[in-house]
Parts: sequence; structure tokens; C-alpha cells
Amino acid sequence: MTPVHARTGQRQPIDADPVLKLEGITKRFPGVVALNKVDFDVRPGEVHALLGENGAGKSTLMKVLAGKHQANEGRIILGGEEMAFENPKHAKRAGVVLIHQEQSLVPEMTVAENIFLGSLPKKWGNRVDWRKLREDTNAILETLKCSFQHDDLVGSLSIAKKQMVEIGRALVFTPRVVVFDEPTASLTDHEKPVLYDVIHSLCEQGVGIVYISHRMDEIFHLSHRISVLRDGEYTGTVNTCETHEDEVTRMMIGRSLELDHASKPTDFGENMLELRNLTVKRIFEDVSFNVRKGEIVGMYGLVGAGRSEVAETIFGLRTPVAGEVVLDGEVVNFRSTHDAVAAGIALVPEDRKDQGLILGMNCRDNMTLASLSSVSSGGFMKGSAERSVYDKYHQAMKIKTPSWRQKVGNLSGGNQQKIVIGKWLHTHPKLLILDEPTRGIDVGSKAEIHALVKDLAKSGYAVLVISSEMPEVLGLSNRIIAMYDGRVTAEFDGDSVSEDALVQAITGMGTSAPAAATA
Amino acid sequence: MSSAEQTKTRLLAGNVSKAGVMSFLSAQGILIFFLLGMVVFSFFSEQFLSQSNIMTVVRQASIIGIIAVGVTVVIIGGNLDLSVGSMLSFATVLVVDLHDKIGPTNAILMMFALTLMLGAVNGILIGFMRLNSLIVTLAMLSIIQGLVLIYSGGQNVDIANQDGTWFAFFGRGYVLGIAVPVLLFGLLAILMQIVMSRTGYGRRIFAVGGNPMAAVYSGIRKNWCVFSTYLISAFCVACAALVLGSRVMGSQNNVGQGYELLVLAGIILGGTSLLGGAGSIWKTVIGVLILGFIQNGLLLMGYPYYTQWIVTWVIIILAVWLDLANKRKRLLTTHS
Repeated sequence: MTPVHARTGQRQPIDADPVLKLEGITKRFPGVVALNKVDFDVRPGEVHALLGENGAGKSTLMKVLAGKHQANEGRIILGGEEMAFENPKHAKRAGVVLIHQEQSLVPEMTVAENIFLGSLPKKWGNRVDWRKLREDTNAILETLKCSFQHDDLVGSLSIAKKQMVEIGRALVFTPRVVVFDEPTASLTDHEKPVLYDVIHSLCEQGVGIVYISHRMDEIFHLSHRISVLRDGEYTGTVNTCETHEDEVTRMMIGRSLELDHASKPTDFGENMLELRNLTVKRIFEDVSFNVRKGEIVGMYGLVGAGRSEVAETIFGLRTPVAGEVVLDGEVVNFRSTHDAVAAGIALVPEDRKDQGLILGMNCRDNMTLASLSSVSSGGFMKGSAERSVYDKYHQAMKIKTPSWRQKVGNLSGGNQQKIVIGKWLHTHPKLLILDEPTRGIDVGSKAEIHALVKDLAKSGYAVLVISSEMPEVLGLSNRIIAMYDGRVTAEFDGDSVSEDALVQAITGMGTSAPAAATA
Repeated sequence: MSSAEQTKTRLLAGNVSKAGVMSFLSAQGILIFFLLGMVVFSFFSEQFLSQSNIMTVVRQASIIGIIAVGVTVVIIGGNLDLSVGSMLSFATVLVVDLHDKIGPTNAILMMFALTLMLGAVNGILIGFMRLNSLIVTLAMLSIIQGLVLIYSGGQNVDIANQDGTWFAFFGRGYVLGIAVPVLLFGLLAILMQIVMSRTGYGRRIFAVGGNPMAAVYSGIRKNWCVFSTYLISAFCVACAALVLGSRVMGSQNNVGQGYELLVLAGIILGGTSLLGGAGSIWKTVIGVLILGFIQNGLLLMGYPYYTQWIVTWVIIILAVWLDLANKRKRLLTTHS
């Protein structure tokens, strides 16, 4: 199941004068050159993918484009006219819209109010024209082919639908260029086609699309052209139909990336973790599987299938109503995460920023947070011990930070994730659980983390990896547990499973007789 | 390392030290403000900068300071404690009233035990039952004041033989020429500063205040941590009651009223964020002293005591606004 490396796109480049041109954009922050003479253009009706590792300057470039930052040098030319956007609103009115990575919606308000937030239609006396608001919203929802209503509360919508609302916002002012920044990061596989349709229909209307993503399959599926940034420098633009993944990867990281599928661990010991009919009320039921020493077990399923919740239960965050957790031959019953950590369980959580890190704390302090007693004596912290822990993982995992004093909130996603992993490695756990370990991380860091996980398993760790990315699950796992709707639907051998069988197992197809999970 | 990378590293390092200077200046903004105020005050009153006046100010500030040390720990842990004012009334009335009844030693032990129990109630409700700290301590503010009035029957209490008791030591005594309240304030501040900055316990409190969920996901017993901060707060209040009761040798049954706001004023002036996860005991010490000098300076200039309420809080709003303006500027100049 090796991902096709020679993947190439079908879409021919569109031959037209660019609607938007960025010329020689340079942006300096105190002490750093974030962008150095970057050129970029978008033609009407095309999807132009922008690629680069985290920290390469993609987001900064787009913020310059959308008026959030002002460039120190360079020109922005929109429809033949040179522009100087002072703020995002200015850019929006001119027709340049950024669809945010983090959603910025008000959950307590309706869809219509959210879409027109800040630009509500008014009638005399400065009162809101509710009727016009409704009609305009319906028109927008229709273009987007949305299934929800203008008066639905945004808080009640799924993430995918919220994203549609966010896109709806972009359509309020007739857009000429729409920037999508990692739009599929929180979408499941079957929600993505809806987004693709919207992008296609925007293209047909002659809107230029800038598409930022780490996912090669999406980029090759959607884009006409691909531009790459590396360390704030522009490395080039290629037509999607004339290139392939390897070339693009080389442009991004300056070298070719070898995905090594033969390097999976092979030497397994005894059972480290065993779940027996574990059940948490209304969340998941009758979950049984095991993880052996030196083995990587992948847990694959859609968002909401109960995967993270199984991990949380093992980690002492949820109380099961039935079933047992057996760790290293002993039935355990954790009342708190503290007990779980003490017993040797480590969980790299799904949400780095909310669950994994204290963003306002520095790198070193975050790194030692789960193992404070190992770097203190008599309750007092030993600064030198802390530093050596930090230095060890900083070096081993090639974390890029100027200093240990740096607040982790200022690091890129990949480096943040490495800090979380380092934090857990230093607890020397018996069982390492990784929940979506590479979500929103650039390809370079991703490969490093994958290699690291395999090395850890080979050195004897029992590893459980939860992921929604099929290549990741296939590339890492010795065995794969498929979950659907709170149940284990099948267990596969990681080397011989077919993609079809996996997809069937996680979408509930053929579950009339669920394959009994072998213990 | 390529030369480009070297330049980048160097630039990044330069960035840090430059940002360090900037953040130092903005952190010291309040101190500069404070020095300016001192100059103004000393213009209007010759006594202001006299040694005896400074010692008086520090001595008067020490009760607020002792309480503020404890409340700072609560705030760093991500919560608030508004109950300290009536808790101070409670503890002071108790220790003074019991002094003649069961003797000073027993009175002090009893007072500490019962005050810590009140702290434990706060801690259980907020730490283990996870109720909102603002609401719980606001409720406790009224409940404890009610308890004090029931206990004292509305009467003020005092100590009969004020000269013949060693209890006077805590409020009126001197050790090596330093007033005992100041000494106690200093010792508590140093102790808690060390605890917060040098121990694993302190690190955990910062983590819980900075991101409670991530703290739990790191195996930290968040509930215990929160609980313990309220015990520390109550302990500090008990120490303050010792000083206050001993200095006055008597107590009105609402003697602590308004202290919760003065304590908060000191903490905010010092620059500890009310959002939790940041701050320090040093900042609080500085804030409390600034508060003391403002109050004293205004009195020396002949303004009635209530003007200090207006001046103090106007300064706080100014300080918060300045801080925010600074942060906004920083947000605009660095990449987020």
C-alpha cells in the first residue's frame, strides 16, 4: 500500500492574465526575515496551491496579501491596480478574502448573523434589515449548496458545516481571490468533496483560489499550479500536470523524502496493554484489543467513532462502566491521569494547543512537566537536570527553537508536537499512545515523527497510534484496529490489508456481522 | 550549519534579547510610574521620604502584603479569592476574643485551625467540586462575615490586659530593629517566591493556571493543586490576623472589610495577570508597596482617606490600559 509517489495532476494550467500579482514581497519581523523577495500570482478561475514546511512563510505571505501584515518591500497588484491594504477589511472590500485556519465564528449566533457579521444589511434608523439578511443569506447558502438553514445556530453545526459558513462570509463581498488556509485540517474524508465542489464552483465564476495545504493528494487533485516557499524564499512554480510529488517535496525540503515501509518493527514481546470488553456509556462499547511490546498498533476510524475516547479511558480520564484495562499483566483502574502516568502510560493528545502544551510556558518547562519528580530533589527543581533533559530531546528530535526560553506558543506545529512527544518520552512509559500525531504538521516533521515512532517501537515501546490518515496508519502499523460508531469493527494485519477493506470497516459497511476483535 | 542558518540563529537570538529589553521596560513601566509619583509626593510633603515615614508605610502595607502573597498563589493557579476580607475579620475577632478565654497559645492555634478550615471549604468547592471561584469566594465573603457577626453577637472584642501579654509581639514588636509585621511579610514573601519559582509544586501551580486541561493531560493532580492554593491563602490570612489583632489588641467585627479589594489592587498594580499561569510574588510585593505609598502620600498631602480609593483604581485602570496597548502593539509587529 505504498502511496503513489509519481502522482501527478490532470489539470491543465489556465492561460489568462493574473487577477492578482505579488511582486518582490519582503517582510521583516524584528530579527527575522520572514519573506524575502517572494513573487506569486493567481489567475482567474485557477486553483494555485501554495506549499512549504511550517515556518516557510506561507501564512505570513497570505497575511500580507489579506492586509493583516504590511510588507516592507514589494507590490500587490490586484486587477492591474497597485494596492496597499491597511487592514483585512480593506482587503476584503477589494475582493481578497482569507478563510481562516482557526474558525472565527460566534457559536451563539445564527448562520445569517455570522455570515454578515460586521456588515449586516441596514434599513432606516440604523436597524437591521432582517428580511434582506435572510434573503441574502439564502442566496449564499444556495451557491454553496448547503443543507442547513439561515436561522440555524452556528454552535449546533458540524465542523464541516461551520467551514461552509466561514466560506459564506467570503462571498458577501464579491470575491476576486479567496485564500484557503488548511481548509481540510478538521474535515473527515467524506466531508471533503463538499468543499472541493465549492472550490470548483468558485473557479467557474472566475475567482482565483489560493490553496494552502500539507496534503499532497488534495493538492494534486485540486490545483492547476503549485508554488513552493522554503525558509521565506520563493523556490518556484510548476504546472500540476507536469510535476509529481517527489519533485514538489524536493522543492519544499531541498531533498527527496524516502518513505521507508520496510522499516516497521518486527520483533514483538508480550502483551503490554489488553482491553477486555471495555465500555463507556453512550461513547463506545465492548472494545477489546491488545498491544504488544515492540509493536505499533494503529487505530483507524472517522472522527467521532470513539477512538480518542478509548485512549482517554486508558489514560484515566473516563471511567468505564464495564470491561477491564490490563497493563503489563495487571488489571488497572485509574482514577486520574496522575495514576495512569505513574503506571507508565503516556498520551500525546489530539489537540496540541488545548491538551498538550501550556502555550505561555517555555520549551524546557513544558518538556519536563510530566516528569517533574525526575528533575527535582526534595521538591526543589534542579535547573541543570532540567536543561539536560531539554537538550537531550532538543537534539534527538531536531527541534528548531532559538532557545529553551522560547514560549512554546511561538513555535511551529511540528516543533510543538516534538516537544509534547519529548515530554512523554522522558517519563519512560510502558505504553505510548499517540492521538493524531501529525495533524497539521509539515511533511518534513511528519517523516521525522514517523521514523521516531518506529524507532521507539523497535527499542521495545508498545505504541498505539490513532489516526484519520490512511497513509499514516498503513505506513506505521503492524496491526490496525478499525472503529466505527463506538465499536471495533475489524482487526487487520498492517502489511496485507487492502484500502477498500479498511474503508468499509470504518464506514460501517458490512457490519451486520462485525468481525470479532481478536484479543 | 550553513552560514544562512547561522545568520538566522543569530538573528533569532538577537530577537530574544531585544524582546527581553522591551519586555523589561514594559514590565518596569509601573515602577517608573511609581518613582515619578514618589518625586511628586516628596515635593508636596517633606516628611514623605523620611526614614520613619517609609518604615511606617511598609509596616502598614505588611498586612495587605501578607494576604496578597497567598492570594497571588491562588491567582497564578487560575482562580480568585475574594473571601480573604471577611476571613481576616473572622480570624482577628477569633484570636482576640479567645486570647483572654483560653490563653494566647491556644487562641493562636485555634485561630489557625479554623481559618485553614475555611480555606479548605473554598478549596473543596472550587478544587474538587469545580465550582466557579468568583462565585464561591464571593458567597464565602458574605457567609463568613455572617458567621463573625453571629459569633460576636455584633459586639466588638478586645484584650483586657494589653500590656501584660507576649501576644503584643506580633503587631508591635521589633527584631533587630525591624518591625515584626514587616519581618513576617518579608519572610512569607521570600518563602513563597522560592516555592513558586524553584519547586515542582510551584511549577504545577503555574501549569494549572496556564492551561488546566493540558495540566491534567500531563498527569498533574489539578484538583489537589487548586485545593492547596486556598489553604495557602487561608494560612496567609491567619498570619495577617495575628499581626492585626496584636497591633490593635481588639477587633471590630468587620475589621477586614474591603481588604479583598486592596489585596487585588496590590496584585494588579504589581502586574500579575488575573488570567492565571503567570506572575510572581515579587511583583505583588512591589505592587503592595506602591499601593501603600499612594495611600500615605495622599494623606500627607492632606487629602481625606477616601480619595485613595479613587486614585488607586484610576491608576490600576491606567496600568491595565497601558499594558494592553503595549500588547496590541507587540501583536502588530510580530507574527502571530
